[in-house]
Order: sequence, then C-alpha cells, then structure tokens
Amino acid sequence: MNIAVCVKQIPDPAALYELDSENHWVIRPNDQVLDDTDRFGIEIGLQLAEESEGTVTLFSMGPSGSLQGIRQALAMGADKAVLIDDEILKGSDALTTAQILSAAIAKEGFDLVVAGMESTDGYTGTVPQMMSEILDVPCLSFARNVEVEDGNVTIERQTASGYEVVSAKLPALLAVTAGVVEPRYPTFKGIMQAKSKPVDTLTASDLGVEPHIGQTISSVTDVEARASGTVIEDEGEAYLKIVETLEQAKVI
Amino acid sequence: MTAWVFAEEIEGSPSEGSLELLSKARSHGDVTVFYVGDGSDASWTTLGNHGATKVYHLDPGDSLPSAPAAASLADLLESDGGEVVLFGAGNTDRDVAGRLAARLGKPLVAGAIDIDATDGISVTSEILGGTKAVATAITAASPALVATRPKAFAAEAVGGSAPEVVSVPVPDVGRSGAVIVERHVEASVGPDLEAAAVVVSGGRGLGSAEGFEMVDELARLLEGAVGGTRAVVDAGWVPYSYQVGQTGKTVKPNVYIACAISGAMQHVVGMKGSSTIIAINKDPDAPIFAIADLGIVGDVHTVVPQLIGALKERA
Ligand SMILES: Cc1cc2nc3c(=O)[nH]c(=O)nc-3n(C[C@H](O)[C@H](O)[C@H](O)COP(=O)(O)OP(=O)(O)OC[C@H]3O[C@@H](n4cnc5c(N)ncnc54)[C@H](O)[C@@H]3O)c2cc1C
Ligand SMILES: Nc1ncnc2c1ncn2[C@@H]1O[C@H](COP(=O)(O)O)[C@@H](O)[C@H]1O
Repeated sequence: MNIAVCVKQIPDPAALYELDSENHWVIRPNDQVLDDTDRFGIEIGLQLAEESEGTVTLFSMGPSGSLQGIRQALAMGADKAVLIDDEILKGSDALTTAQILSAAIAKEGFDLVVAGMESTDGYTGTVPQMMSEILDVPCLSFARNVEVEDGNVTIERQTASGYEVVSAKLPALLAVTAGVVEPRYPTFKGIMQAKSKPVDTLTASDLGVEPHIGQTISSVTDVEARASGTVIEDEGEAYLKIVETLEQAKVI
Repeated sequence: MTAWVFAEEIEGSPSEGSLELLSKARSHGDVTVFYVGDGSDASWTTLGNHGATKVYHLDPGDSLPSAPAAASLADLLESDGGEVVLFGAGNTDRDVAGRLAARLGKPLVAGAIDIDATDGISVTSEILGGTKAVATAITAASPALVATRPKAFAAEAVGGSAPEVVSVPVPDVGRSGAVIVERHVEASVGPDLEAAAVVVSGGRGLGSAEGFEMVDELARLLEGAVGGTRAVVDAGWVPYSYQVGQTGKTVKPNVYIACAISGAMQHVVGMKGSSTIIAINKDPDAPIFAIADLGIVGDVHTVVPQLIGALKERA
C-alpha cells in the first residue's frame, strides 16, 4: 500500500510564538520541530505499511529550513519526503495548503492519505477535509482504531456522544486524533538512516497550483487577559476558602 | 441578505451549536438552515423558534454525511444565493465546511467568535490559545464560509413561526462515499458537560484512574458534570466525550474546578469563559493560576478529600 502522510514543521511550541508585525504571520525559525500531533499519523501510517509491505511518503508544505522536523519524521521510519517550499506560498490559507498538498500527493500516487486532525500552530482543523474533496476520496475524520482489509478501511470515528464505526473503500483519507496510538521513538539506527533518505523539493508552479487570496487579515490585537485572583498556599485549611467561593457563587 | 446555518441532528434534535448560530444569523436577515439527520416536526418547530425561515432537509441514512452534504449544499447555494454560511465546531460541521470550501474554491475562516456584515464580511477569530484576536476581511465573492467556536453566541428562542421545509435528495458522491456501520453512545453519568452550572475537571496530576474517582465524587456532591484534560483522556481514565479544550468541548459554567491541571493553552481555551475558576495544583508556577479566581497551591490528594468531607457535612 502506498501511504501518504502529511506532516508539518512548526516552531518549537515551548517557545512563545511571535507574529510578524507587518503581515501577522507566525515567524518561523530555521530550526523547526515536527508537530507532535503528526507523530500519531506517522505511527498509523507505519503500522499499516508494515502490514501491507507498503511505503510511507511524507508530504509537507512550508519553509524547509534546516529540515530538522522532517528528519525527525524520517527517523521514525518513513521512506522518503516530498517538500513544497515556495516563497509565494508564505501566509497561505488552509485551502491553498490543501490544494498544494493534494496536487503533490496525486502526482506521487496513493492508496491512503493520513493527516492529523489539527496542527498545533494553525489549528484550522480543515486541511484534511479539503484535501479529501480535492482528491475525491472519503474523509474518515476523528479516526481511531484503523483497520485495512481487502481494499476496505474501517475506523472508529469519535462523535460528541461516543463513536461510530465507519467503513469505506480505498483510496481514502484518514484524519487521526492524538492519543490513538503510542508513537514510536526513533532508534539510533533510524536517526542515522534518516540523514540519507530522499527528500524531494517542489514549488507551486511544479504542481500547477496558484495560490489564491480570498481573505486578508486586517488586524491582530491582544485579547484582554482574564484577571487573576487570589492564590494561596495550602496549610491545611485551604479547602475552607473553596467552600467560601462556592457559597459566593451560590452553587452550594 | 440571506445567511445560511448548517445544522446536524444530535440525538433527535438540532445540535445546540446550530441554535447558537441561529441567534447570530437572524441578526443579518432571513435564515436558511441546511439540516442533516432524520428530521421531525419537533425539530422544525425548534428551528423556527430560533429564527429559521426555510429549512433544507437532507437525510443521509447510513451514509457518512460529509461528502453528500457538501455536494448538496454547494448546489443549493448556487441556485438560491446566500451571502454567508455559518458552521459550528462539531465534528460533522467541520467535515462538511472543509469539503464545501474545497468544492466551491472559497476560503473558510475557522475559529470565529464574531461576524460583522456592515461593510463587506469581516470575521473575528481567536488564535494562539485565545490570547490574540484576528480580524479577517473576506474578499472572495460570496458565499463567505465561516466556522465558529462553540458558545460564541447564546442560543435564544424568539418564537418564530414554522419554517418552510424542503426535502432534498441524497446526491451520489461516487468514490467519496463512506458508510456508518455502527453507532455507539458512551453513557455519561450526571448532567451534560456543556450545559452544567458546575464542572469539576481532573488532569494528569491525579495520578491514576483511581485518583480520578474523587473528581467524580466532588462533581456528584455539587450536582456538576465531570470533565478532563486530553492527558487523562489519552491515558484512558475517562472517555473522549469528557475532554475540555481546543479539540474537546467548550464549557462556560458558573464554577469550574480544575484539579491537578497545568493549564495548557489548548485546555484553557475550552474553559476560560467560566464565571468562577478554582484551581488546585501543587506547582505554584502552573499557568492555570494565571486565570484562576481562587488558586490553591497544594496536593489534590489532601485538598479534594477535605473539601468532599466539608460538603458532606453540610448536606
Ligand atoms: C493540537 C493540540 C490540541 C490539544 N487539545 C487539547 C484539549 O482539547 N484539551 C486539553 O486538555 N488538552 C489539549 N491538548 C494538550 C495540552 O497541550 C496539554 O498537554 C494537556 O492539557 C495537559 O493535561 P494536564 O494538565 O492534565 O497534564 P499536565 O500538563 O501533565 O499537568 C499535570 C499537572 O498536575 C499537577 N500535579 C501533579 N501532581 C499533583 C498533585 N498531587 N496535586 C496537585 N497537582 C498535581 C502538576 O503540577 C501539573 O501542573 C492539545 C494539544 C495539542 C498539541
Ligand atoms: N503545511 C502543511 N504541510 C503538511 N501537512 C499539513 C500542513 N498544514 C496542515 N497539514 C495537515 O493537516 C492537519 C490539520 O492541520 P490544520 O488544518 O492546519 O489544523 C495536520 O495535522 C497535517 O497533517
């Protein structure tokens, strides 16, 4: 099975994100890390590839920088990576991102596309659904417990009140939630091999996709922070303060 | 102008999120609802009461709704017009919104907390854990597609008359189709998390599924609902339906009690609208204290049992 996994390099989430004051884009350092949410998609992709003697190809759009995040993903065991890095794609919206990724995936050929439900920095949570429409495949979103058998893929899809079992024919797209599997740690061997795995780089014009502009950011302002209240150290009687607060809120 | 609202049926009724959207949509004029589910007269009455004037009803049966709903909605928007289409934050809302945007080749603004239509369409959304507000002007030709944050608007019945209901056929979506084979509802005890006046949530610092039991007990005593962080959902201590935050539920109770929760931005975005926040954490530097009205630096295993004892004495 030919498995395409969409992964994103993002600025280290432990550091505070800064926005460019002119165009409001997140400032991306040269060294970016693999988005943690994507580790779950990679793990599922690797497991399915192992079962079917398939391959896992990573697809990523954005400034390549030092490729640190992509190497982290390759070190987990993916076979190769296709990057789309193009100055004209800076500040792209979700739809342009989906069009670019879909074009690159379609060019390469696929049986299954795996993406995360939400990226840590963008979190529009709509890129996978847009890709499924463009590629004309079912979108199996909020997926956990994935099984592929006889050309069919079956998942459990989380819903507001529980889950449903959903089944579709391949080719299909899976959008996986975090926590569905335990992502593997790269081995030393994996890290060494990652350095020599193929990484192709494409531009928007290689894919024949033109970014469209349908929205413009007019302003970015700080949201007034919630005022913090009292913080007290528990010396054995702090629970009485809680009782008092519950009384004031009239819930007891 | 005409605003459209996407409504998914949840347990026999229009989703709470769709009723919230109707409050906003009707301030812009006539409202058309695109409704996905079995449908019933009770549902139409509820929608009418909240301001819907027309309802298109798609019953996808056992098909996964996203692809057929997006295809049908795209056709209707083309024939009927409509300047703005509002989606909630539900799983199906997001799936349909994404597919529709790609189908129409239109941008989709997500995470919206307000929409202004006085001079073109401008959408306010919050990013970076709700610390920054972004105003986005939609420059593409209508319809403008907007997906909102939960509870951005308050649902309010205005006593409108019954809407006109038009049943639409399920389009053939070819290889984009998928089938729902089974549906499971995870039983949750106590009041509904999204509607409860008190929410008691637990985090990883409780240590284990057994440690979580005191959160259940405290919630029971306060007649509240139980929530959790993604860390405890991932650990399997409570089901996913308990998750509060960016990828879980958004709650706005009277009182939110956070037990051993660090206060990660993705959690906070789902509960910072609570009227009173009480946090118990042993780390004085935990970010949750920055938004708590009352913060207790202490051990949950000491403070929570004492609190439970005190509440039991009062009962
Ligand atoms: C894209 C994305 C989406 C996400 N969506 C969500 C979401 O919807 N909801 C969500 O909750 N998270 C979400 N997360 C995860 C989030 O970033 C945090 O990892 C998570 O909220 C942490 O959960 P926690 O507070 O339980 O655990 P931790 O961060 O590990 O915190 C545990 C806390 O317990 C305290 N503690 C330990 N022992 C004790 C004790 N005995 N007494 C008192 N205190 C104690 C510690 O001091 C610590 O502060 C998301 C992450 C990403 C990347
Ligand atoms: N620039 C990108 N490059 C590769 N994958 C992406 C990109 N943006 C989004 N994705 C994929 O889409 C998922 C959801 O992202 P988002 O819609 O931005 O929340 C991510 O987890 C990725 O799998």
